[in-house]
Amino acid sequence: MSSVLYDTPGPRAKRRNIILSIVFTVLLALLLWWVWQKMDDKNQLEWSLWEPFTTSEAWTTYLLPGLGDTLKAAAISMLIALPLGAVFGIARMSDHAWVRGVAGTVVEFFRAIPVLLLMLFANEFYVRYSDVSSEQRPLYAVVTGLVLYNASVLAEIVRAGILSLPRGQTEAAYAVGLRKGQTMTSVLLPQAVTAMLPAIVSQLVVIVKDTALGGVMLGFTELLNSRSTLAANYANVIPSFIVVGIIYIILNFLLTSFASWLEQRLRRSKKSTGAVLGEDTVEVNPAAVGGTFGTGGEGGGPSGFTFNDKPPR
Amino acid sequence: MFDFLEGYDVLGAFWMTVKLTALSAVGSLIWGTLLAAMRVSPVPLMRGFGTTYVNIVRNIPLTVIIVFTSLGLADIFGVTMGAADNFDVQGFRLAVLGFIAYTAAFVCEAIRSGINTVPLGQAEAARAIGLNFAQTLRLIVLPQAFRSVIGPLANVLIALTKNTTVAAAIGVAEAATLMKTMIENEAQTLAIGAVFAFGFLVLTLPTGLLLGWLAKRLAVKR
Amino acid sequence: MKLRKVTAASAAVLALALSATACGGDSKDDSSGSGSSGGGKIKIGIKYDQPGLGLKEPDGSFSGFDVDVATYVAKQLGYEPNQIEFVETKSADRENALARGDVKLIAATYSINDERKKKVDFAGPYLLAHQDLLVKKDSKISEATDLNGEKLCSVTGSTSAQNVKDDFAPKAQLKQNSGYSECIAALQSGAVDAVTTDDSILAGFAAQDKYKGQFKLAGLKLSNENYGIGVKKGDTATLNKVNAALEKMVSDGSWQKAVDDNFGPAGYKNEPAPKVGVIVK
Repeated sequence: MSSVLYDTPGPRAKRRNIILSIVFTVLLALLLWWVWQKMDDKNQLEWSLWEPFTTSEAWTTYLLPGLGDTLKAAAISMLIALPLGAVFGIARMSDHAWVRGVAGTVVEFFRAIPVLLLMLFANEFYVRYSDVSSEQRPLYAVVTGLVLYNASVLAEIVRAGILSLPRGQTEAAYAVGLRKGQTMTSVLLPQAVTAMLPAIVSQLVVIVKDTALGGVMLGFTELLNSRSTLAANYANVIPSFIVVGIIYIILNFLLTSFASWLEQRLRRSKKSTGAVLGEDTVEVNPAAVGGTFGTGGEGGGPSGFTFNDKPPR
Repeated sequence: MFDFLEGYDVLGAFWMTVKLTALSAVGSLIWGTLLAAMRVSPVPLMRGFGTTYVNIVRNIPLTVIIVFTSLGLADIFGVTMGAADNFDVQGFRLAVLGFIAYTAAFVCEAIRSGINTVPLGQAEAARAIGLNFAQTLRLIVLPQAFRSVIGPLANVLIALTKNTTVAAAIGVAEAATLMKTMIENEAQTLAIGAVFAFGFLVLTLPTGLLLGWLAKRLAVKR
Repeated sequence: MKLRKVTAASAAVLALALSATACGGDSKDDSSGSGSSGGGKIKIGIKYDQPGLGLKEPDGSFSGFDVDVATYVAKQLGYEPNQIEFVETKSADRENALARGDVKLIAATYSINDERKKKVDFAGPYLLAHQDLLVKKDSKISEATDLNGEKLCSVTGSTSAQNVKDDFAPKAQLKQNSGYSECIAALQSGAVDAVTTDDSILAGFAAQDKYKGQFKLAGLKLSNENYGIGVKKGDTATLNKVNAALEKMVSDGSWQKAVDDNFGPAGYKNEPAPKVGVIVK
């Protein structure tokens, strides 16, 4: 689509593009040179600072346990948030006004509160009103915050997914005599899940990223926190940041790649399952679902765009 | 009933949240638009840079970026944002810088998807009357694109408002920092939680409603 | 009618999910709670990120003066080193961890003061430290008042930086970082002019290979920090045993050995062994 914005470059445009490329390269090179120079100035390039990362001990003692805690918190949050989100999403479409009302209020409330506040609050709540051990408490607080927030976001994804199905699906289901519950479980949900899955997987990226909040503010021993224990040993603040940043990028890159692979697979298989997800119902597509509802806490913005370039209509 | 609020500058903390949000929003809108322009530009190198930037920044936790601005940029690289001698101002500016760097990636993606909603004919017509890439983008495509992405941008803005709490990680005196202090010092945990939750509801709900209304009003009728 | 079923079902699932999380909480507690009540293991809270006092080494072992004291005391209480489980106790969590019984003892640069004595009992003191400044070797800062207009770094939420601001140098700029290693890195790069906390902690960082010879302690003795071993409030039996162990540690020379091992390389001039029960105000 973007190629529509400009003509196929002719000789002059080509020359101009080359000049622009060179200017841009020079600017970029200058920036990189400045970074390199600064790091050299401050002795951040010394091999002794980077060497620890080539030893297995730095990984087995600090980084891997931290990564483990990050993944543990993310996985537990996802496992609790998914069913909870589905329940709230479906409850928001109930025919009973009070169920809709309660579910709607809960979902809107927790979507409007920063996940960090939820964590801080949960942490203090556990200190005062529960007997969770002080070792386990940060994990509990992080998971609680993530579950409350992400279940609400997932509820909206589920609801949007189901609402986006053509009305004919419901009507046809009623016509063949299915009850409401049956319609939901055997007609609507299977089709909606197909459309929602990529958005749900991309929400996992948000969860993984959000665990880092617990490390700084609650002392949860996740990856970012284990970085500081590591830096206390090797005195390498900058290198450790760079390494930890790369770990996060790889981790989330794997997740987003999985999401887009999943999306493509589902797209292809749609014909065979007979789901009616034509051009008119683009809202079903995860970009729209994510774009409209996946404010994605830390993920900020429309997480759905992570893997989809289709516009929200 | 609200005795526990005494001695705490709750409004001041939320004002800090608003300032962080406003400055970061403006900055990330500009930087995000530039990134989006790069991603659709005829120069392959710029396209590559835009794509790489977005994919890297989006996959790093905001917390890492914010903490890095303080421990890395300021302490090691000496980027003090013109406030080397005043750590309060420095922390604020660094946080804004971090939020801009992070949020711009999401703004870029929203705008890019908006560019895709503009019908082919618009760009083709623009080219037909002899406009070049910059003119096509600036005069024809972007104005329509912006109008169609107010909704997604509103979501980015709301997310940004909530994300400013992460500035607590480098000690900026905004809402989350104050809440942490208060729940540690005062007994009324629930009441304090309610006050801060209410504060964010007040900030985010009207934003969503207002921009939702605006999005409907300004939508390009096709 | 039909819908009622869906609603009821969703309500049931919700209730289940909620109770499942609640139950999860309870059962976890029980298992970790039992750890402290016996079973041949003792849980001791230390710091993980303070070289010379309590540090998690790359091989997963622990080193430092606090660790050595804790190991000695545990031995007197009847626990071999392999029966000790060291746990990280962050400063803000120490009282809570003891009160709940998550750990039996805490030896984590734990200064005895009246506020804390209301919540926990202290054995010892076993070391007398002082708040001090760490500055670059060629720094002109020699008095606390020299800090006016200079940049001072300390850890978020610690009282030491606030003390300096309140009592000595109101015009000092205060940078709060998440850990001391980050403060030291800022000191090395010139982003701050001084780092303040207990001299024992500062000495440990200054002695790290990476920093050796770059910094010096100003030697100011801005306060007296009596490190004690935290014991659960009212657990007099343990308290007395720990006190006896500390006395024995001093008298049989183990204390001096631990000091030499941990502070020797740092060139830290420690105070002589404090008498148990005597708190230097």
